[in-house]
Amino acid sequence: MSQPAIKINAVHKNFGALHALKGVDLTIEPGEFFALLGPNGAGKSTLISILAGLITPSSGSASVMGFDVVNQYQQARQLLGVVPQELVFDPFFNVREMLRFQAGYFGRGRENDPWIDEILEGLGLTDKAHTNMRKLSGGMKRRALIAQALAHKPPVIVLDEPTAGVDVELRQMLWEFIKKLNRDGHTIILTTHYLEEAETLCSRVGMMKQGEIVALDSTANLLNKFSGKHLRLTLGDVILPAAIESLMRHHEKGIYTFALSDMTQIEYVLSTLRSANIKVLDMQLSEADLEDVFMSLVGKSS
Amino acid sequence: MSGLKYSNQVIVSAFRGPWTLLKKELLRFWRVAFQTIAAPVITALLYLLIFSHVLESHVQVYDGVPYTAFLIPGLIMMSVLQNAFANSSSSLIQSKVMGNLVFVLLTPLTHLQFFLAFLIAAIIRGMVVGLCIYLVAMWFVDLQLANPWMIIAFALLGSALLGTFGIIAGIWADRFDQMAAFQNFIIMPLSFLSGVFYSIHSLPPFWQKVSQLNPFFYMIDGFRYGFFGKGDVSPLISLSIVGASFLVLAWITLRMLKSGYKLRS
Repeated sequence: MSQPAIKINAVHKNFGALHALKGVDLTIEPGEFFALLGPNGAGKSTLISILAGLITPSSGSASVMGFDVVNQYQQARQLLGVVPQELVFDPFFNVREMLRFQAGYFGRGRENDPWIDEILEGLGLTDKAHTNMRKLSGGMKRRALIAQALAHKPPVIVLDEPTAGVDVELRQMLWEFIKKLNRDGHTIILTTHYLEEAETLCSRVGMMKQGEIVALDSTANLLNKFSGKHLRLTLGDVILPAAIESLMRHHEKGIYTFALSDMTQIEYVLSTLRSANIKVLDMQLSEADLEDVFMSLVGKSS
Repeated sequence: MSGLKYSNQVIVSAFRGPWTLLKKELLRFWRVAFQTIAAPVITALLYLLIFSHVLESHVQVYDGVPYTAFLIPGLIMMSVLQNAFANSSSSLIQSKVMGNLVFVLLTPLTHLQFFLAFLIAAIIRGMVVGLCIYLVAMWFVDLQLANPWMIIAFALLGSALLGTFGIIAGIWADRFDQMAAFQNFIIMPLSFLSGVFYSIHSLPPFWQKVSQLNPFFYMIDGFRYGFFGKGDVSPLISLSIVGASFLVLAWITLRMLKSGYKLRS
Protein backbone atom coordinates (compact mmCIF):
# COMPACT_ATOMS: atom_id res chain seq x y z
CA MET A 1 0.00 0.00 0.00
CA SER A 2 1.41 3.40 -0.93
CA GLN A 3 2.23 5.98 1.69
CA PRO A 4 0.13 9.16 1.90
CA ALA A 5 1.73 12.08 0.07
CA ILE A 6 1.33 14.15 3.23
CA LYS A 7 0.45 12.98 6.71
CA ILE A 8 0.11 15.43 9.57
CA ASN A 9 -0.54 14.03 13.03
CA ALA A 10 -1.73 16.22 15.92
CA VAL A 11 0.64 19.04 15.07
CA HIS A 12 0.83 21.93 17.51
CA LYS A 13 2.96 25.03 17.12
CA ASN A 14 3.45 27.74 19.70
CA PHE A 15 5.21 31.02 19.00
CA GLY A 16 5.60 32.28 22.55
CA ALA A 17 2.05 32.89 23.82
CA LEU A 18 0.54 32.45 20.35
CA HIS A 19 -0.89 28.98 19.74
CA ALA A 20 -0.61 29.03 15.95
CA LEU A 21 -1.55 25.39 15.30
CA LYS A 22 -3.86 23.54 17.66
CA GLY A 23 -3.56 19.85 16.92
CA VAL A 24 -3.86 19.67 13.15
CA ASP A 25 -4.52 16.25 11.57
CA LEU A 26 -4.46 15.96 7.81
CA THR A 27 -3.81 13.22 5.27
CA ILE A 28 -3.37 13.93 1.58
CA GLU A 29 -3.17 10.98 -0.80
CA PRO A 30 -0.78 10.75 -3.76
CA GLY A 31 -2.15 12.36 -6.90
CA GLU A 32 -4.61 14.63 -5.09
CA PHE A 33 -5.17 18.27 -5.99
CA PHE A 34 -5.81 19.67 -2.52
CA ALA A 35 -6.72 23.19 -1.44
CA LEU A 36 -5.91 24.57 1.97
CA LEU A 37 -8.06 27.60 2.63
CA GLY A 38 -8.43 30.01 5.47
CA PRO A 39 -8.19 33.68 6.38
CA ASN A 40 -4.86 35.37 7.12
CA GLY A 41 -3.42 34.09 10.36
CA ALA A 42 -5.35 30.80 10.22
CA GLY A 43 -2.07 28.82 10.25
CA LYS A 44 -1.81 27.72 6.61
CA SER A 45 1.69 29.06 6.04
CA THR A 46 2.86 27.75 9.42
CA LEU A 47 1.64 24.29 8.43
CA ILE A 48 3.41 24.52 5.07
CA SER A 49 6.61 25.76 6.73
CA ILE A 50 6.50 22.72 9.02
CA LEU A 51 6.27 20.42 5.99
CA ALA A 52 9.16 22.29 4.37
CA GLY A 53 11.33 22.06 7.49
CA LEU A 54 11.47 25.83 7.95
CA ILE A 55 9.57 25.58 11.23
CA THR A 56 9.78 22.75 13.76
CA PRO A 57 6.48 21.64 15.29
CA SER A 58 6.12 22.08 19.07
CA SER A 59 4.53 18.63 19.16
CA GLY A 60 3.07 16.10 16.75
CA SER A 61 4.60 14.86 13.52
CA ALA A 62 4.45 15.40 9.79
CA SER A 63 5.69 13.27 6.92
CA VAL A 64 6.08 13.45 3.15
CA MET A 65 5.57 10.11 1.35
CA GLY A 66 6.19 8.37 4.67
CA PHE A 67 9.39 10.27 5.57
CA ASP A 68 9.28 12.30 8.77
CA VAL A 69 10.04 15.97 8.06
CA VAL A 70 12.25 16.26 11.16
CA ASN A 71 14.00 12.90 11.57
CA GLN A 72 14.21 11.99 7.87
CA TYR A 73 14.36 15.52 6.52
CA GLN A 74 16.69 14.71 3.66
CA GLN A 75 14.33 12.17 2.08
CA ALA A 76 11.25 14.29 2.92
CA ARG A 77 12.69 17.45 1.30
CA GLN A 78 13.85 15.49 -1.74
CA LEU A 79 10.20 14.62 -2.40
CA LEU A 80 8.77 18.07 -1.75
CA GLY A 81 8.76 21.25 -3.83
CA VAL A 82 7.58 24.40 -2.08
CA VAL A 83 6.73 27.70 -3.74
CA PRO A 84 7.20 30.37 -1.06
CA GLN A 85 4.62 33.09 -0.71
CA GLU A 86 7.07 36.01 -0.76
CA LEU A 87 8.48 37.09 -4.11
CA VAL A 88 12.14 36.34 -3.33
CA PHE A 89 15.00 35.91 -5.80
CA ASP A 90 18.78 35.79 -6.04
CA PRO A 91 19.97 38.89 -7.90
CA PHE A 92 23.30 37.41 -9.00
CA PHE A 93 22.05 34.85 -11.50
CA ASN A 94 19.83 34.34 -14.52
CA VAL A 95 16.75 32.12 -14.60
CA ARG A 96 18.42 29.03 -16.08
CA GLU A 97 21.38 29.26 -13.71
CA MET A 98 19.04 29.50 -10.73
CA LEU A 99 17.09 26.45 -11.88
CA ARG A 100 20.29 24.45 -12.42
CA PHE A 101 21.54 25.44 -8.96
CA GLN A 102 18.23 24.53 -7.39
CA ALA A 103 18.22 21.11 -9.07
CA GLY A 104 21.90 20.67 -8.13
CA TYR A 105 21.17 21.17 -4.41
CA PHE A 106 18.96 18.10 -4.74
CA GLY A 107 21.73 16.11 -6.41
CA ARG A 108 20.56 16.57 -9.99
CA GLY A 109 22.99 17.45 -12.76
CA ARG A 110 22.92 18.08 -16.48
CA GLU A 111 20.71 15.03 -17.02
CA ASN A 112 17.96 17.20 -15.49
CA ASP A 113 18.23 19.84 -18.26
CA PRO A 114 15.35 18.50 -20.41
CA TRP A 115 13.06 18.82 -17.37
CA ILE A 116 14.25 22.39 -16.79
CA ASP A 117 13.46 23.14 -20.45
CA GLU A 118 10.00 21.67 -19.94
CA ILE A 119 9.38 23.86 -16.89
CA LEU A 120 10.61 26.96 -18.72
CA GLU A 121 8.32 26.15 -21.63
CA GLY A 122 5.32 25.33 -19.44
CA LEU A 123 5.63 28.57 -17.49
CA GLY A 124 6.36 30.74 -20.53
CA LEU A 125 9.89 31.51 -19.38
CA THR A 126 11.88 30.11 -22.33
CA ASP A 127 12.78 33.50 -23.78
CA LYS A 128 13.73 34.78 -20.31
CA ALA A 129 16.03 31.85 -19.51
CA HIS A 130 19.15 33.98 -19.81
CA THR A 131 17.72 37.09 -18.18
CA ASN A 132 19.01 38.06 -14.77
CA MET A 133 16.41 37.52 -12.04
CA ARG A 134 16.75 41.19 -11.06
CA LYS A 135 15.53 42.32 -14.46
CA LEU A 136 12.33 40.26 -14.55
CA SER A 137 8.93 41.85 -14.03
CA GLY A 138 6.89 40.89 -10.96
CA GLY A 139 4.83 38.32 -12.89
CA MET A 140 7.95 36.78 -14.43
CA LYS A 141 9.63 36.62 -11.02
CA ARG A 142 6.59 34.74 -9.73
CA ARG A 143 6.90 32.23 -12.59
CA ALA A 144 10.61 31.81 -11.87
CA LEU A 145 9.79 31.21 -8.21
CA ILE A 146 7.39 28.44 -9.17
CA ALA A 147 9.95 27.00 -11.61
CA GLN A 148 12.53 26.85 -8.81
CA ALA A 149 10.23 24.75 -6.64
CA LEU A 150 9.76 22.32 -9.54
CA ALA A 151 13.42 22.15 -10.63
CA HIS A 152 14.12 18.84 -8.90
CA LYS A 153 10.87 17.29 -10.17
CA PRO A 154 9.31 16.67 -6.76
CA PRO A 155 6.31 14.31 -6.59
CA VAL A 156 4.63 16.55 -3.99
CA ILE A 157 4.27 20.24 -4.79
CA VAL A 158 3.08 22.91 -2.36
CA LEU A 159 2.05 26.26 -3.74
CA ASP A 160 1.57 28.92 -1.07
CA GLU A 161 -0.57 31.69 -2.59
CA PRO A 162 1.03 31.28 -6.04
CA THR A 163 -1.35 33.63 -7.81
CA ALA A 164 -1.26 36.54 -5.36
CA GLY A 165 -0.88 39.69 -7.44
CA VAL A 166 -0.69 37.77 -10.71
CA ASP A 167 -2.62 38.85 -13.83
CA VAL A 168 -5.41 36.72 -15.31
CA GLU A 169 -3.41 35.51 -18.31
CA LEU A 170 -0.55 34.22 -16.19
CA ARG A 171 -2.99 32.65 -13.76
CA GLN A 172 -4.58 30.67 -16.58
CA MET A 173 -1.21 29.57 -17.94
CA LEU A 174 0.00 28.63 -14.50
CA TRP A 175 -3.07 26.53 -13.75
CA GLU A 176 -2.88 24.73 -17.08
CA PHE A 177 0.70 23.77 -16.25
CA ILE A 178 -0.12 22.73 -12.69
CA LYS A 179 -3.09 20.68 -13.92
CA LYS A 180 -0.79 18.91 -16.34
CA LEU A 181 1.63 18.13 -13.49
CA ASN A 182 -1.29 16.75 -11.50
CA ARG A 183 -2.38 14.58 -14.45
CA ASP A 184 1.20 13.30 -14.64
CA GLY A 185 0.87 12.08 -11.06
CA HIS A 186 2.23 14.96 -8.96
CA THR A 187 0.35 15.69 -5.76
CA ILE A 188 -0.58 19.37 -5.57
CA ILE A 189 -1.33 21.29 -2.39
CA LEU A 190 -2.50 24.80 -2.86
CA THR A 191 -3.28 27.69 -0.59
CA THR A 192 -5.12 30.54 -2.20
CA HIS A 193 -7.33 33.49 -1.50
CA TYR A 194 -9.09 33.02 -4.84
CA LEU A 195 -11.79 30.59 -3.80
CA GLU A 196 -13.03 30.07 -7.33
CA GLU A 197 -9.59 28.70 -8.17
CA ALA A 198 -9.82 26.13 -5.42
CA GLU A 199 -13.36 25.25 -6.50
CA THR A 200 -12.38 24.75 -10.14
CA LEU A 201 -9.10 22.95 -9.61
CA CYS A 202 -9.14 21.02 -6.38
CA SER A 203 -10.81 17.71 -5.69
CA ARG A 204 -10.61 18.14 -1.92
CA VAL A 205 -10.57 21.13 0.38
CA GLY A 206 -9.40 21.74 3.92
CA MET A 207 -10.45 24.94 5.65
CA MET A 208 -8.50 26.36 8.54
CA LYS A 209 -9.49 28.82 11.19
CA GLN A 210 -7.39 29.96 14.12
CA GLY A 211 -4.97 27.07 13.93
CA GLU A 212 -7.52 24.32 13.43
CA ILE A 213 -9.00 22.50 10.46
CA VAL A 214 -12.72 23.29 10.57
CA ALA A 215 -13.76 21.49 7.39
CA LEU A 216 -12.18 18.73 5.38
CA ASP A 217 -14.04 17.07 2.55
CA SER A 218 -14.27 16.73 -1.21
CA THR A 219 -15.10 20.03 -2.90
CA ALA A 220 -18.41 18.61 -4.15
CA ASN A 221 -19.46 17.36 -0.70
CA LEU A 222 -18.59 20.65 0.93
CA LEU A 223 -20.67 22.53 -1.62
CA ASN A 224 -23.62 20.16 -1.14
CA LYS A 225 -23.34 19.95 2.59
CA PHE A 226 -23.38 23.65 3.19
CA SER A 227 -25.81 25.06 0.71
CA GLY A 228 -26.58 23.37 -2.58
CA LYS A 229 -28.50 26.20 -4.28
CA HIS A 230 -29.45 29.72 -3.41
CA LEU A 231 -32.93 31.00 -4.18
CA ARG A 232 -33.29 34.77 -4.04
CA LEU A 233 -36.88 35.98 -3.97
CA THR A 234 -38.07 39.54 -4.02
CA LEU A 235 -41.24 39.48 -1.90
CA GLY A 236 -41.56 42.96 -0.45
CA ASP A 237 -42.56 43.65 3.13
CA VAL A 238 -44.21 40.38 4.17
CA ILE A 239 -44.39 37.99 7.10
CA LEU A 240 -42.75 34.72 6.05
CA PRO A 241 -44.72 31.51 6.75
CA ALA A 242 -43.16 29.55 9.63
CA ALA A 243 -42.83 26.44 7.43
CA ILE A 244 -40.08 27.94 5.29
CA GLU A 245 -38.39 30.17 7.86
CA SER A 246 -35.78 27.49 8.60
CA LEU A 247 -34.63 27.53 4.97
CA MET A 248 -34.11 31.28 4.89
CA ARG A 249 -30.46 32.33 5.09
CA HIS A 250 -31.01 36.10 5.29
CA HIS A 251 -33.26 38.91 4.12
CA GLU A 252 -32.71 42.52 3.34
CA LYS A 253 -35.07 45.18 1.93
CA GLY A 254 -37.70 42.66 0.95
CA ILE A 255 -35.24 40.28 -0.74
CA TYR A 256 -35.12 36.86 0.86
CA THR A 257 -32.36 34.32 0.26
CA PHE A 258 -33.11 30.63 0.85
CA ALA A 259 -30.46 27.94 1.04
CA LEU A 260 -31.76 24.81 -0.63
CA SER A 261 -30.19 21.38 -0.54
CA ASP A 262 -32.08 20.10 -3.63
CA MET A 263 -34.33 21.26 -6.44
CA THR A 264 -37.57 19.86 -4.95
CA GLN A 265 -37.36 22.48 -2.23
CA ILE A 266 -37.92 25.22 -4.82
CA GLU A 267 -41.46 24.03 -5.44
CA TYR A 268 -41.99 23.64 -1.68
CA VAL A 269 -40.96 27.25 -0.99
CA LEU A 270 -43.03 28.63 -3.89
CA SER A 271 -46.18 26.62 -2.98
CA THR A 272 -45.91 27.66 0.67
CA LEU A 273 -45.72 31.30 -0.42
CA ARG A 274 -48.68 30.80 -2.77
CA SER A 275 -50.78 29.30 0.07
CA ALA A 276 -49.93 32.32 2.21
CA ASN A 277 -50.98 34.64 -0.62
CA ILE A 278 -47.51 36.13 -0.94
CA LYS A 279 -46.60 37.30 -4.43
CA VAL A 280 -43.17 36.63 -5.87
CA LEU A 281 -42.03 39.85 -7.57
CA ASP A 282 -38.69 38.53 -8.80
CA MET A 283 -36.73 35.29 -8.59
CA GLN A 284 -33.07 34.26 -9.01
CA LEU A 285 -31.53 30.83 -8.63
CA SER A 286 -27.78 30.44 -8.17
CA GLU A 287 -25.35 27.68 -7.32
CA ALA A 288 -23.66 27.94 -3.97
CA ASP A 289 -19.91 28.35 -4.24
CA LEU A 290 -16.95 27.74 -1.99
CA GLU A 291 -17.14 31.31 -0.87
CA ASP A 292 -20.51 30.60 0.76
CA VAL A 293 -19.05 27.55 2.47
CA PHE A 294 -15.97 29.49 3.43
CA MET A 295 -17.97 32.38 4.84
CA SER A 296 -20.30 30.11 6.77
CA LEU A 297 -17.36 28.23 8.30
CA VAL A 298 -14.62 30.72 8.82
CA GLY A 299 -16.20 34.08 8.10
CA LYS A 300 -18.10 34.30 11.36
CA SER A 301 -16.22 35.86 14.17
CA SER A 302 -15.66 33.45 17.02
CA MET B 1 28.32 -3.93 -12.39
CA SER B 2 24.92 -2.22 -12.34
CA GLY B 3 25.04 -2.22 -8.51
CA LEU B 4 28.39 -0.44 -8.68
CA LYS B 5 26.98 2.04 -11.16
CA TYR B 6 24.02 2.70 -8.86
CA SER B 7 26.22 3.24 -5.80
CA ASN B 8 28.40 5.60 -7.86
CA GLN B 9 25.26 7.54 -8.75
CA VAL B 10 24.28 7.76 -5.08
CA ILE B 11 27.74 9.08 -4.18
CA VAL B 12 27.72 11.59 -7.07
CA SER B 13 24.28 12.77 -5.94
CA ALA B 14 25.44 13.21 -2.34
CA PHE B 15 28.40 15.34 -3.42
CA ARG B 16 26.54 17.29 -6.05
CA GLY B 17 24.38 19.13 -3.49
CA PRO B 18 27.19 20.74 -1.48
CA TRP B 19 29.30 21.13 -4.64
CA THR B 20 26.45 23.10 -6.25
CA LEU B 21 26.21 25.39 -3.23
CA LEU B 22 29.99 25.92 -3.30
CA LYS B 23 29.89 26.64 -7.03
CA LYS B 24 27.08 29.15 -6.52
CA GLU B 25 29.01 30.87 -3.72
CA LEU B 26 32.16 31.06 -5.90
CA LEU B 27 30.23 32.42 -8.88
CA ARG B 28 28.55 34.95 -6.60
CA PHE B 29 31.82 36.66 -5.74
CA TRP B 30 33.35 36.07 -9.17
CA ARG B 31 30.43 37.91 -10.83
CA VAL B 32 31.36 41.00 -8.82
CA ALA B 33 35.12 40.41 -8.88
CA PHE B 34 35.79 44.11 -9.28
CA GLN B 35 34.35 44.64 -5.83
CA THR B 36 35.36 41.36 -4.19
CA ILE B 37 38.90 40.90 -5.55
CA ALA B 38 40.15 44.02 -7.34
CA ALA B 39 39.03 46.46 -4.62
CA PRO B 40 40.81 44.74 -1.68
CA VAL B 41 43.94 44.30 -3.80
CA ILE B 42 43.99 48.03 -4.60
CA THR B 43 43.40 48.90 -0.92
CA ALA B 44 46.31 46.69 0.18
CA LEU B 45 48.58 48.23 -2.45
CA LEU B 46 47.65 51.74 -1.31
CA TYR B 47 48.63 50.79 2.25
CA LEU B 48 51.85 49.37 0.88
CA LEU B 49 52.71 52.47 -1.14
CA ILE B 50 51.96 54.92 1.65
CA PHE B 51 53.46 53.07 4.61
CA SER B 52 56.56 51.91 2.76
CA HIS B 53 57.15 55.43 1.44
CA VAL B 54 56.83 57.01 4.87
CA LEU B 55 58.54 54.37 7.02
CA GLU B 56 61.00 52.53 4.77
CA SER B 57 64.01 54.57 5.84
CA HIS B 58 62.93 55.00 9.48
CA VAL B 59 61.89 51.56 10.66
CA GLN B 60 63.64 48.24 10.55
CA VAL B 61 61.92 45.43 12.40
CA TYR B 62 64.08 42.41 11.55
CA ASP B 63 67.79 42.59 10.74
CA GLY B 64 68.39 42.54 7.00
CA VAL B 65 64.68 42.78 6.16
CA PRO B 66 63.57 46.08 4.61
CA TYR B 67 60.38 47.55 6.09
CA THR B 68 58.47 47.16 2.81
CA ALA B 69 59.31 43.44 2.74
CA PHE B 70 58.25 43.14 6.40
CA LEU B 71 54.97 44.89 5.63
CA ILE B 72 53.89 42.81 2.60
CA PRO B 73 53.14 39.46 4.34
CA GLY B 74 51.14 41.30 7.03
CA LEU B 75 49.10 43.14 4.40
CA ILE B 76 48.53 39.94 2.44
CA MET B 77 47.33 38.06 5.52
CA MET B 78 45.15 40.95 6.70
CA SER B 79 43.44 40.98 3.31
CA VAL B 80 43.07 37.19 3.28
CA LEU B 81 41.38 37.31 6.68
CA GLN B 82 39.12 40.29 5.98
CA ASN B 83 37.97 38.87 2.65
CA ALA B 84 37.32 35.39 3.98
CA PHE B 85 35.12 36.99 6.64
CA ALA B 86 33.44 39.28 4.11
CA ASN B 87 32.61 36.43 1.76
CA SER B 88 30.60 34.20 4.05
CA SER B 89 29.11 37.01 6.14
CA SER B 90 27.96 39.16 3.22
CA SER B 91 26.55 36.21 1.29
CA LEU B 92 24.49 35.09 4.26
CA ILE B 93 23.22 38.50 5.32
CA GLN B 94 22.27 39.37 1.73
CA SER B 95 20.44 36.08 1.29
CA LYS B 96 18.66 36.60 4.59
CA VAL B 97 17.63 40.18 3.89
CA MET B 98 16.61 39.38 0.29
CA GLY B 99 14.81 36.26 1.54
CA ASN B 100 16.43 33.93 -1.02
CA LEU B 101 18.19 31.85 1.65
CA VAL B 102 14.93 29.91 1.72
CA PHE B 103 15.95 28.20 -1.54
CA VAL B 104 18.88 26.58 0.28
CA LEU B 105 16.91 25.89 3.46
CA LEU B 106 14.31 23.92 1.49
CA THR B 107 16.92 21.48 0.17
CA PRO B 108 18.15 18.19 1.68
CA LEU B 109 21.61 19.72 2.34
CA THR B 110 22.82 18.82 5.83
CA HIS B 111 24.17 21.43 8.24
CA LEU B 112 27.69 20.06 7.67
CA GLN B 113 27.37 20.36 3.88
CA PHE B 114 26.01 23.90 4.26
CA PHE B 115 28.94 24.79 6.51
CA LEU B 116 31.57 23.27 4.23
CA ALA B 117 30.26 25.02 1.11
CA PHE B 118 30.32 28.47 2.74
CA LEU B 119 33.66 27.72 4.44
CA ILE B 120 35.47 26.59 1.28
CA ALA B 121 34.09 29.53 -0.72
CA ALA B 122 35.41 31.91 1.96
CA ILE B 123 38.83 30.23 1.95
CA ILE B 124 39.05 30.45 -1.84
CA ARG B 125 38.07 34.13 -1.89
CA GLY B 126 40.67 34.89 0.82
CA MET B 127 43.35 32.91 -1.02
CA VAL B 128 42.60 34.52 -4.40
CA VAL B 129 42.83 38.03 -2.91
CA GLY B 130 46.05 37.11 -1.05
CA LEU B 131 47.63 35.60 -4.15
CA CYS B 132 46.79 38.67 -6.26
CA ILE B 133 48.39 40.99 -3.68
CA TYR B 134 51.46 38.74 -3.55
CA LEU B 135 51.82 38.73 -7.34
CA VAL B 136 51.55 42.52 -7.55
CA ALA B 137 53.84 43.05 -4.52
CA MET B 138 56.56 40.98 -6.22
CA TRP B 139 57.13 43.99 -8.47
CA PHE B 140 58.07 46.10 -5.47
CA VAL B 141 60.25 43.81 -3.36
CA ASP B 142 62.03 40.54 -3.86
CA LEU B 143 60.31 38.51 -1.13
CA GLN B 144 62.02 35.42 0.27
CA LEU B 145 59.97 32.30 1.03
CA ALA B 146 61.69 30.68 4.01
CA ASN B 147 58.97 28.13 4.68
CA PRO B 148 56.26 27.95 2.00
CA TRP B 149 54.32 25.22 3.84
CA MET B 150 53.98 27.51 6.84
CA ILE B 151 52.66 30.25 4.54
CA ILE B 152 50.05 27.88 3.07
CA ALA B 153 49.10 26.46 6.47
CA PHE B 154 48.51 29.89 8.03
CA ALA B 155 46.67 31.21 4.97
CA LEU B 156 44.39 28.16 4.93
CA LEU B 157 43.72 28.04 8.66
CA GLY B 158 43.40 31.81 8.97
CA SER B 159 40.90 32.10 6.13
CA ALA B 160 39.02 29.07 7.51
CA LEU B 161 38.83 30.72 10.94
CA LEU B 162 37.56 34.03 9.56
CA GLY B 163 35.26 32.31 7.04
CA THR B 164 33.70 30.45 9.96
CA PHE B 165 33.42 33.65 11.99
CA GLY B 166 31.72 35.20 8.95
CA ILE B 167 29.14 32.40 8.92
CA ILE B 168 28.41 33.03 12.61
CA ALA B 169 28.07 36.77 11.97
CA GLY B 170 25.87 36.15 8.92
CA ILE B 171 23.56 33.86 10.85
CA TRP B 172 23.40 36.16 13.88
CA ALA B 173 22.92 39.51 12.12
CA ASP B 174 19.44 40.39 10.91
CA ARG B 175 20.28 43.71 9.33
CA PHE B 176 23.14 45.22 7.34
CA ASP B 177 23.98 47.70 10.12
CA GLN B 178 24.49 44.82 12.57
CA MET B 179 26.90 43.27 10.08
CA ALA B 180 28.68 46.60 9.65
CA ALA B 181 29.11 46.73 13.43
CA PHE B 182 30.80 43.31 13.30
CA GLN B 183 33.14 44.58 10.59
CA ASN B 184 33.94 47.93 12.16
CA PHE B 185 34.08 47.04 15.84
CA ILE B 186 35.58 43.55 15.75
CA ILE B 187 37.30 42.67 12.48
CA MET B 188 38.93 46.02 11.69
CA PRO B 189 40.37 46.76 15.17
CA LEU B 190 41.62 43.19 15.60
CA SER B 191 43.31 43.21 12.20
CA PHE B 192 44.88 46.67 12.57
CA LEU B 193 46.13 45.93 16.10
CA SER B 194 47.65 42.60 15.18
CA GLY B 195 51.16 43.61 14.15
CA VAL B 196 50.51 44.08 10.43
CA PHE B 197 52.45 47.34 10.44
CA TYR B 198 54.85 46.67 13.34
CA SER B 199 56.43 44.01 15.53
CA ILE B 200 54.75 43.75 18.90
CA HIS B 201 58.23 43.89 20.44
CA SER B 202 58.19 47.58 19.62
CA LEU B 203 55.16 48.07 21.91
CA PRO B 204 55.21 48.81 25.67
CA PRO B 205 54.94 45.58 27.78
CA PHE B 206 51.25 46.16 28.61
CA TRP B 207 50.24 46.42 24.94
CA GLN B 208 52.39 43.42 24.12
CA LYS B 209 50.29 41.41 26.59
CA VAL B 210 47.08 42.79 25.10
CA SER B 211 48.29 41.91 21.58
CA GLN B 212 48.88 38.34 22.68
CA LEU B 213 45.14 38.02 23.37
CA ASN B 214 44.38 38.91 19.75
CA PRO B 215 44.07 35.80 17.55
CA PHE B 216 44.85 37.94 14.47
CA PHE B 217 48.34 38.54 15.89
CA TYR B 218 49.17 34.81 15.74
CA MET B 219 47.85 34.47 12.20
CA ILE B 220 49.86 37.47 10.94
CA ASP B 221 53.00 36.51 12.87
CA GLY B 222 52.90 32.86 11.78
CA PHE B 223 52.24 33.81 8.17
CA ARG B 224 55.16 36.26 8.24
CA TYR B 225 57.36 33.54 9.75
CA GLY B 226 56.81 31.56 6.55
CA PHE B 227 58.48 34.37 4.58
CA PHE B 228 61.38 35.36 6.84
CA GLY B 229 61.90 32.38 9.13
CA LYS B 230 61.53 34.63 12.16
CA GLY B 231 58.60 35.95 14.18
CA ASP B 232 57.51 37.36 17.54
CA VAL B 233 56.38 33.93 18.83
CA SER B 234 57.04 30.32 17.82
CA PRO B 235 55.07 29.45 14.66
CA LEU B 236 53.98 26.16 16.20
CA ILE B 237 52.39 28.00 19.12
CA SER B 238 50.67 30.31 16.62
CA LEU B 239 49.53 27.38 14.50
CA SER B 240 48.11 25.60 17.55
CA ILE B 241 46.24 28.72 18.73
CA VAL B 242 44.80 29.40 15.26
CA GLY B 243 43.91 25.72 14.75
CA ALA B 244 42.23 25.48 18.16
CA SER B 245 40.31 28.73 17.57
CA PHE B 246 39.08 27.38 14.24
CA LEU B 247 37.89 24.15 15.83
CA VAL B 248 36.02 26.03 18.56
CA LEU B 249 34.31 28.37 16.08
CA ALA B 250 33.54 25.51 13.68
CA TRP B 251 31.90 23.60 16.55
CA ILE B 252 29.82 26.65 17.52
CA THR B 253 28.80 27.21 13.88
CA LEU B 254 27.77 23.61 13.39
CA ARG B 255 25.71 23.74 16.59
CA MET B 256 24.00 26.91 15.37
CA LEU B 257 23.26 25.40 11.97
CA LYS B 258 22.03 22.11 13.42
CA SER B 259 19.68 23.84 15.83
CA GLY B 260 18.44 26.14 13.06
CA TYR B 261 19.34 29.21 15.16
CA LYS B 262 17.86 32.31 13.44
CA LEU B 263 17.38 30.31 10.23
CA ARG B 264 14.57 27.95 11.13
CA SER B 265 12.04 28.58 13.92
